[in-house]
Amino acid sequence: MMELDGNAMAGDLGEIFAFDVTAAQYTCAGCGRAEAIGALMLWGQQMGRVARCPHCDDVVLSLVRAPGRVFLDLRGAVRLELPLAGS
Amino acid sequence: MARAAVPGRLTWRAATLAESRPETATARTLVLDVPDWPGHLPGQHVDVRLTAPDGYRAQRSYSIASAWSERGRVELTIQRLDDGEVSPYLTDVLEVGDQIEVRGPVGGWFVWREAQPQPVLLIGGGSGVVPLMAMVRARGQSRAKQPFRMIYSVRTPDDVIYREELPRRVRDDPGFDLLLNYTRRAPDGWPGTPKRIDVATINSHGWPPDFTPDVYVCGPTTFVETAADILVALGHDPKRIRTERFGGTS
Repeated sequence: MMELDGNAMAGDLGEIFAFDVTAAQYTCAGCGRAEAIGALMLWGQQMGRVARCPHCDDVVLSLVRAPGRVFLDLRGAVRLELPLAGS
Repeated sequence: MARAAVPGRLTWRAATLAESRPETATARTLVLDVPDWPGHLPGQHVDVRLTAPDGYRAQRSYSIASAWSERGRVELTIQRLDDGEVSPYLTDVLEVGDQIEVRGPVGGWFVWREAQPQPVLLIGGGSGVVPLMAMVRARGQSRAKQPFRMIYSVRTPDDVIYREELPRRVRDDPGFDLLLNYTRRAPDGWPGTPKRIDVATINSHGWPPDFTPDVYVCGPTTFVETAADILVALGHDPKRIRTERFGGTS
């Protein structure tokens, strides 16, 4: 069962990136719609997460943790739109 | 060898339980002392990490309930889930003086910024009220003028979190209105019967779409999807609707 959404990935993504990825807009490779990363539907557990587009259910990204490293797969996002500081 | 923290990078830090308050029979507010807390925006959350003596770790994400103030304290309101792994420890076991690890604040999408000029509609189901309360508190603290309306859906009167503070803020914070919706049992003398929020609830107690309000919806997945669908059907701009869903953060 789905428990959470992309907002809950903010901590894990914040470990990797200097900016807040959950506020970014992705464009879905499946349906072409743009949506906030925070609105993704999140499946899985801490060690491995899959985030799906709320509009078409396609996998947008996955995040897998291993000792000392993390694997980020962004296959379902053809584009990320990021707000710049001060805007 | 410990690696030096990269400036600006998110790291775990120790938080000490300074005090706690029961909110309902199953929800408790933790007041945490977090040294060098950088401050936060209402709606942001923290990750909490517990480590067992054998090294086993469990991590969960919780919304911050408090508005940021100079005192550097961070409040979390935790709803206990009986089959949960983390929440029963936080609601029933953690004592004043105990330490946990926190990482944050995180999340920049489901947040309200005082610079947003629009009226605000907050729709919360169950413990989904927690990040919304942070927004109400931040608004009260800064005496912001944007009108806020909150629709807060609970099962019974016993499940209302912040049950004393919410009516007090309706009285003391100009421009803040609250509708409590009961789904299973309403208080004696309550007009109407218990029901889930529906089109009429949001149409009557939200803002008209013409006001282009910023809308925040937080609660269980089905609650969030129902509310978001109703908002869009009523003509609200999907771009102004921000959602945060949790199923059973355990």
